[in-house]
Amino acid sequence: MDAKTIRFVRRGELVSLANVPPDRTLLELLREDLGCTGTKEGCGEGDCGACTVVLGEPRGGALEYKAINSCVRLAHSIDGMALWTVEDLAAADGSLHPAQEAMVQCHGSQCGFCTPGFVMSLFGMYQNHVCRGAAIDRALAQEELSGNLCRCTGYRPILDAARRMGDLPRRPVDEAGVLAQLRALEDKRALVPASGSYLDPRTLDEAVALRAANPQAQVVAGCTDAGLWITKMHKRFPRVLDVTRVAELRRVEARDGELVIGAAVTLTEAFAALVAQRPQLKPFASRFAGLPVRNSGTLGGNVANGSPIGDSMPLLIALGARVVLVGPRGERALPLEDFYTGYRQNMLAPDELVARLEVPQPAPGEFLRAYKISKRYDDDISAVCLVLNLHLQGGVVQHAGIGAGGVAATPVRARQAEAALTGQAWTAQAAQRAADALRAEFRPISDMRASAAYRAEVLGNLVQRFWLESQGVRHVNLEDFRVAEALAP
Amino acid sequence: MAGEPGRAARQPGRLPRGGGARAVNAPDKHLAQGAAVPATGQPHVHESARAQVAGGATYIDDIPEVKGTLHAAPILSNVAHGHLRGVDAAAALAMEGVRGVVLAQDIPGDPILATFVHDEPIFARDKVEYVGQVVGLVVAETVMQARRAARQVRLDIEPLPAVLDVREALAAQSFVLKPVTVRRGEPEQRIAAAAHRLSGSLDVGGQEHFYLEGQVGYAMPLEQDQWWIYSSTQHPGEVQHWVAHALGLENHDVRVECRRMGGGFGGKETQAGHIAVWAALAARKFRRPVKLRLDRDDDFMVTGKRHPFAYDYEVGFDGDGRVAGLRLTMAVNCGFSADLSGPVADRAVFHVDNAYFLGDVEIASYRCRTNTQSHTAFRGFGGPQGMIVMEAILGDIARALGKDALDVRRANLYGTTERNVTHYDMTVEDNILAPLIARLEQSSAYRARRAEIAAWNDGSPVIKRGLALTPVKFGISFTATFFNQAGALVHVYGDGSVQVNHGGTEMGQGLHTKILQIVADELGVPFGRVRISATDTGKVPNASATAASSGTDLNGRAAQFAARQVRQRLAEYVAEKQNCRPEQVIFAHGQVSTPGAVMPWEQLVDDAYHSRVQLWSDGFYRTPKIHYDKHTLTGRPFYYFSYGAACTEVAIDTLTGENRVLKVDILHDVGHSINPAIDIGQIEGGFVQGMGWLTTEQLVWNGQGVLATHAPSTYKIPATGDVPAHFRVELWPEANPEDNVGGSKAVGEPPFMLAISVWEALRDAAAAARGGGPVRMDAPATAENVLKALRA
Repeated sequence: MDAKTIRFVRRGELVSLANVPPDRTLLELLREDLGCTGTKEGCGEGDCGACTVVLGEPRGGALEYKAINSCVRLAHSIDGMALWTVEDLAAADGSLHPAQEAMVQCHGSQCGFCTPGFVMSLFGMYQNHVCRGAAIDRALAQEELSGNLCRCTGYRPILDAARRMGDLPRRPVDEAGVLAQLRALEDKRALVPASGSYLDPRTLDEAVALRAANPQAQVVAGCTDAGLWITKMHKRFPRVLDVTRVAELRRVEARDGELVIGAAVTLTEAFAALVAQRPQLKPFASRFAGLPVRNSGTLGGNVANGSPIGDSMPLLIALGARVVLVGPRGERALPLEDFYTGYRQNMLAPDELVARLEVPQPAPGEFLRAYKISKRYDDDISAVCLVLNLHLQGGVVQHAGIGAGGVAATPVRARQAEAALTGQAWTAQAAQRAADALRAEFRPISDMRASAAYRAEVLGNLVQRFWLESQGVRHVNLEDFRVAEALAP
Repeated sequence: MAGEPGRAARQPGRLPRGGGARAVNAPDKHLAQGAAVPATGQPHVHESARAQVAGGATYIDDIPEVKGTLHAAPILSNVAHGHLRGVDAAAALAMEGVRGVVLAQDIPGDPILATFVHDEPIFARDKVEYVGQVVGLVVAETVMQARRAARQVRLDIEPLPAVLDVREALAAQSFVLKPVTVRRGEPEQRIAAAAHRLSGSLDVGGQEHFYLEGQVGYAMPLEQDQWWIYSSTQHPGEVQHWVAHALGLENHDVRVECRRMGGGFGGKETQAGHIAVWAALAARKFRRPVKLRLDRDDDFMVTGKRHPFAYDYEVGFDGDGRVAGLRLTMAVNCGFSADLSGPVADRAVFHVDNAYFLGDVEIASYRCRTNTQSHTAFRGFGGPQGMIVMEAILGDIARALGKDALDVRRANLYGTTERNVTHYDMTVEDNILAPLIARLEQSSAYRARRAEIAAWNDGSPVIKRGLALTPVKFGISFTATFFNQAGALVHVYGDGSVQVNHGGTEMGQGLHTKILQIVADELGVPFGRVRISATDTGKVPNASATAASSGTDLNGRAAQFAARQVRQRLAEYVAEKQNCRPEQVIFAHGQVSTPGAVMPWEQLVDDAYHSRVQLWSDGFYRTPKIHYDKHTLTGRPFYYFSYGAACTEVAIDTLTGENRVLKVDILHDVGHSINPAIDIGQIEGGFVQGMGWLTTEQLVWNGQGVLATHAPSTYKIPATGDVPAHFRVELWPEANPEDNVGGSKAVGEPPFMLAISVWEALRDAAAAARGGGPVRMDAPATAENVLKALRA
């Protein structure tokens, strides 16, 4: 069955493409079908950022701009959106956009192959920060460029360019014009029910019905992981069910003492909601992949894939989150740790979808820390991820929630370590017992990220760090360590 | 070839030098192209920058495909060592779009690649020697069809025992080339008689180049069995030679072109040739244009890396930490074939001394064969692996004596009039390290910070900080003397515009920009009047690889000489008309002036053209003074040395081994900079790449010899968050005392080794946590290796 025609807005014009296979990537569409070779492929797995493009989507009457990796994004998923690539920024007279001009002025390109991706990440920052009157400082630039790799410059000139582009004459997008075009597109789309080989339903009912009718279809919810099955494992997806357009799955709500995050909420938005309630999670959130992956990938997708080294599950488990599944028989909710049955296996029936995550709000006396050990600080996969969450009252542990990644075939709850703490006074000895229990509880493997012995040792040592942090000891975590602070008396 | 003795010294004030070095990595003022100032010495933006930021710079995979183009994907061995008994491609051939396979039997010429050692099959034939070795290609209509089908080819391999570890290879005397030993004096006696002795071992890992543009070649059949190859290569001349050899043709039948690479770093010196040869063989078999663009994972699996090294050493020293005698064994993991391992291992031997006089010394270098990728050139080319072990030894001598490591380093520095002859018998004539280190010691506040850090560490149980200041002395020239030659062409067109072409290649290092600056100044025209054209074996023949940091030294001089000959002809033409001497004709600011007249450059060119003056010329340069005996490894392999030093502060977490770089101060010597912005870019980029080698970039082969870190998801080069906010680079203010183009010095490789300061600072922090004494820390210093160093 043929896929629907893809329509998107680019350079102020409507682009319309028919007969695009459901598993064609946006990068293939750009480079091979449209002959737009300005966007580069560096790795084909969303790690280097050379393929970064920016999408615009109407959100609450305004345009929302997202830098994403086009190499692991399905072409059909941009239907109804606005697209900018590196070729689209210069003015008709050839004058460069501030994001480009700043890169030139700061000597931000050497070999130039990563440059289009950096320029597009800068363009996304420009629209989201500069055009909204916010200055870009080094920390923000570093965080938002964490998904773009450069092998030549050492980054300093690029970080300078990020700060300088705001000083150049403003060049905003004609947002009203783009929005009008997108609205016209949306009106056309709304009349057509999801059909063909690329199914992108708008309502949960429609999604559930399509899932039941198409059990062989590959479900995608951002495709930052499933995209690798195409580019790296060379799989074909004859039919795709994309849940990211389902209105009910895109909501973030606070209700009944819980934060409810729809399965198709992007990781960027989901972490923003979690960080709003628990600010200490900010560094952990910004270390989850790079920004382009967080902008495409979804919390529901991360949970449904259930990789043992995915970072959101240990956090959600430690917070006591439940996952809600939906299917023709209705909904069911499970504690997240009970969702996983084996390596990348879970309780999802063939006709079910992940609907949402329900995360309890902070409890009184909550002491929460999320630790990630990886070779690189940013945009890396954890060798060990450990999230500890204690509810303390009068120095006694009322409740312990401990989630771990990288230590077993699935993300896991550390039940023995929790048991060692629950009801006990929170002391150095209790922390030591918890560390011992944690080390005894798992048999991690040795792989390219770390040895089993290292993982086991560090698991316990992180409990020690947690103890010190709970006692207010400074300088026990490099995540928040700065020289200036170290030099202060 | 006539040089310019003393030219550099006669050019004061090219840079505002004031009383000393200046910080120039602050954002500098953008210069409008065509400004009426000399082009050299100015921070001109990269000649392609505007195209690069707009997506208009063309890389090989961006070239519009010729009708009928087919795509190839490699068939890889999945066994580290074995007899290859058969290849079953039936399943692949049945797949959509597949046109066929290319195997060893399809090679019309020599089935062995035309490398120096001639030990590497183009496609594996009866045996496979590493996981990832290319057995053949699948050719299909699209690249994804080819890649999918290549994975369906079944290989019948009978496994044989594989050697995967370099120490195991050394014990088994498994070598790709004969061992080499350099010896001076009586190291055994000096060590035995020394007041103090240390011995130890060290393992230092390799490094994947991770050029952002993966390996790619595009081969096109021309008429009469001639071939046009687009190759992302640092060495078009070698690609030409290899392709001709494989096709059984002569060099003049093959033309190779490269406008730019998306990064090279040594990884496209020989490795690009394999890809081009494979694409050409497929193009010949199917008589169609064929493009071969390696998938990133295949690129990791197929191509060689920086050589991993293993060391054992014994050193004797006095109470000041001055080395009395050293015996060192270096086991070089070369992989399955020689490739460039001989010269890489030689350069490692040449750089064990780094900045230090080694009076009585023996260095044994073993070029070990293992069943892994054939390791190859990578920025520094063995230099980093030579230097790091000496820095490790000096750091441990200091810790053994309880002295500051900088004092021990200083005690061992080469002298200027004595203690100034290297272990390979070259006199160090241009040593500036003592004043350079002194200046950096002061500007980085090394002593005050050393005291502050020690006090801080005493009160910090978990995080420990470390500090190190290490120097670099790096020899400039290809050690293969004959490579030190270059050619260029300068064309002045009738409208006064200028095109320059030379044998060097652009990989992002700014070579083309510097050459445009040099030619613009030689002709006295604005920067914007000169354009570069793609490197092309049909224009400048027999060009050496753009490597060994020598791109500007060699090609810049050749281009300068070419431009100078055009200028000379024009000067003679004007002089005759104006009744003056040619030396009185001045070319500057787009104008030509004589004692009696001034005219625009364009007018002179137009007049000269109509008077039938030759307006184009070639230029040729060969480096003077160099020579050495490749059997004894003695002589003067290097024209001069580049110097620098870095002071780095780090912090480690003693619970996890996690670590961060906090502050970096660099003082580096590029002579008179032709382009300070580009040179700073090379220094910063080289440092960060070196930091990656020694911290996060870990290559892991599993027990079956499979490289488990074969993509950026598992192999981690530095990202934005790894670069400290305090990252200051200053340039040493003196010109190159040797006669080199514009008084400059080479810059591509030397700054890479400044990053050894990161690793030494991490060992310093580990020592603080351990309470002093030597520290065994293998590189890279991943969190796991740091924790191991704390526990050992």
